[in-house]
Amino acid sequence: MRSSSTSSRLVAATALVAALGLTLAACGGGSDDDSSGSSSGGKTADANSLKGQTITYWASNQGTSLDADKKTLTTELDKFTAQTGIKVKLEVIGWADLLNRILAAATSGQGPDVLNIGNTWSASLQATGALMPWDDAAFQTIGGKDRFAPAAIASAGAAGQDPAAVPLYSMAYGLYYNKKMFADAGIANPPTTWDELVADGKKLTKDGHYGIAVEGANGAENIHHIFVLAKQRGASWFDDKGAPTFTGPQQVAAVKQYVDFIANDKIAAKGNAEYVQNQTITDFATGKAAMMMWQTASASIASHGMKPDQYGVVPVPTQTAGATGDAGVTSMVAGINMAIFKDTKHKDAAEAFVKFMTSTAEQKSLNGTYGSIPPVLEAQSDPAFQTPDLKVLAQVLQKSAAPLPQVANESQFENLVGPAVKSLFADAAAGKPVTDDSVKAALTKAQQQMPAS
Amino acid sequence: MTATAPPRRAPEAGPSSGKSAAGGRLRPRIVERLRQGGLPYLLLLPAILAELLIHIVPMFFGILISFKNLTLFYIHHWNTAPWAGFDNYKAAVKIHQPIGQALLHSFWVTLSYTLLSVALSWLLGTAAAILLQDKFRGRGLIRTIFLVPYALPAYAALITWTFMFQQDTGLVNHVLHDQLHVTSSKSFWLIGDNSFWAMVVVSVWKSWPFAFLALMAGLQNIPRELYEAAAMDGAGVWQQIRKITMPSLRPVNQVIVLVLFLWTFNDFNTPFVMFGQNPPHQADLISIHIYQSSFINWNFGSGSAMSVLLLLFLLVVTAVYLLVTSRGRSENDV
Repeated sequence: MRSSSTSSRLVAATALVAALGLTLAACGGGSDDDSSGSSSGGKTADANSLKGQTITYWASNQGTSLDADKKTLTTELDKFTAQTGIKVKLEVIGWADLLNRILAAATSGQGPDVLNIGNTWSASLQATGALMPWDDAAFQTIGGKDRFAPAAIASAGAAGQDPAAVPLYSMAYGLYYNKKMFADAGIANPPTTWDELVADGKKLTKDGHYGIAVEGANGAENIHHIFVLAKQRGASWFDDKGAPTFTGPQQVAAVKQYVDFIANDKIAAKGNAEYVQNQTITDFATGKAAMMMWQTASASIASHGMKPDQYGVVPVPTQTAGATGDAGVTSMVAGINMAIFKDTKHKDAAEAFVKFMTSTAEQKSLNGTYGSIPPVLEAQSDPAFQTPDLKVLAQVLQKSAAPLPQVANESQFENLVGPAVKSLFADAAAGKPVTDDSVKAALTKAQQQMPAS
Repeated sequence: MTATAPPRRAPEAGPSSGKSAAGGRLRPRIVERLRQGGLPYLLLLPAILAELLIHIVPMFFGILISFKNLTLFYIHHWNTAPWAGFDNYKAAVKIHQPIGQALLHSFWVTLSYTLLSVALSWLLGTAAAILLQDKFRGRGLIRTIFLVPYALPAYAALITWTFMFQQDTGLVNHVLHDQLHVTSSKSFWLIGDNSFWAMVVVSVWKSWPFAFLALMAGLQNIPRELYEAAAMDGAGVWQQIRKITMPSLRPVNQVIVLVLFLWTFNDFNTPFVMFGQNPPHQADLISIHIYQSSFINWNFGSGSAMSVLLLLFLLVVTAVYLLVTSRGRSENDV
């Protein structure tokens, strides 16, 4: 009897552990895309056959909140429905969830018809085969590839392949500086080289104020900056075959230069090492830091009460003044792309929707609201995008921005190297030395964990 | 194993039932058998079906995936992913290779975290339950306050903790450094070595009310007379706790410790909310580690293999734990 009760307890416990133990999430997700409408299997669907169809759209969070985005987009979507008769079921998804939702959709085949993706995910998601390739014929349905800025198109998929998405919002990094703090420190012009930036930073660092603020615990931010710093040294994080090259001397130097803002130059506060919730913007807008490198930040800065005439924006410094080519790269091509889910049953309606969202009028309206730069060239000339800061950033985008490596394993690069840099920042903040060797060791460990491409 | 009970009971009933009465007693016996054997299963059926659907089937697929090379190149048609044999498992257990090394590190971090958290939660829960056993003014209020962490929504509470642990503006440093001057400079709690301890503190704060609640209920079942008799025999408070309270709470403790262990070992919310998708090396709990392998590195085969290994480990721990504790208890019961 005793052994029977013990074994029954064992069985019960086994069930319990089994229930608790396996942490694999069942990839359910996806949308309940039961909207019917007429089947749009035909290749040339006229506008009438699209009427009454309902498509699902997953939008990324671009504004101050999911609700604010919902309001902004619903106004625009109503226009689209009025024009075409196609209804759009909108869901705005936070950045923390978006990629997981897309992965679940890719796995199950149950997804939205149209979705926004961060442009750095383009090549990775392209490799899954879940997104519709934008060949020339597809581009023709939205007015042709030439309408878009080439740099934005280059960050919509791997080179040599049809893009996996279409650029929707573009952004670029600039160096934001506090005019008054610069004047008070007797600095006439913002820095154009890193040496100048460090020298200025040292002058500005005093009495609890710092030269620059960095988002040290934010893996993606770290990646964006070390990408530029390596590029300026002519180095890339992947070779031509897509294999990782994290441990080269230039890459090590790039990471060390960035971490040194806290470790050696001491022009950034130690506390920056744990910044992950955009505290950098708060520090800049409240005068705690005199500079920051950020992408299209005017709206966020304004939300903290800093006025546009109190700060200036210039391109991020280079290693030597007036550098050109790779050495002159000052930003990654940042932005949001719009993709069509390959399994969509409403391809024509989805294309009509992408056409609407990338139309010149919508581009002006949406990018104007979100403070980003329209990737559609025709919309860029609109006066709304001629503010001093956006003009600078648009110039950066045109002349000195490069897309992050468009390789399938890009997301692993972000996931492994981003935290490695975070860890080095943590070392610096704790007063541990950050040397070429310790940087190389961290990058070597990251590279060893990269999957074989 | 209720199914084994009726046959064993049948011979016992046999001799006592007279032959003449056998026909008349058949129907009640079937009903009784049904009640004893069938009814529980019938009542369990919805739960079993739900369990199958929600846990067992996904688990089966999880195990299946662990034998596949399911990377981002295959997730859209995941059934076409090539079979990997035991490759994912081999990568996970090769502790001198980067992936295995990282997993082993994560395992040790998780084990230390779990043991510390469970021990402290249990200790606090037991102490509080015993202290609040006797009636006094305000007991209800204190009990309620103690249960607050358990009632709060996990995410909201964890986000608040994260704010409190911030180096520059956090409450913890304000108290430790600015007010009490315990530390020479403001410490980092969310990065570096301290992140582990910050996580343990939050975990204990979150878990101990459960131990407290369960033990409080367990204490209600101990007859007051036992204590009175012991007091008359001259037993002090400690002796009463050791000789009456603890032995009486044993079945409750057995469950609490196991459940807390499993919950804490699989804890995902605490590190995820405190540190985001990429926790510091020192706080790299295994659930997040597996999540990263699966959802961020997009290598679901490898993540699944790690999950299965975790499952096996927890099964072994649970089985051994129950065997050891049950044997001890049965002997005591005899």
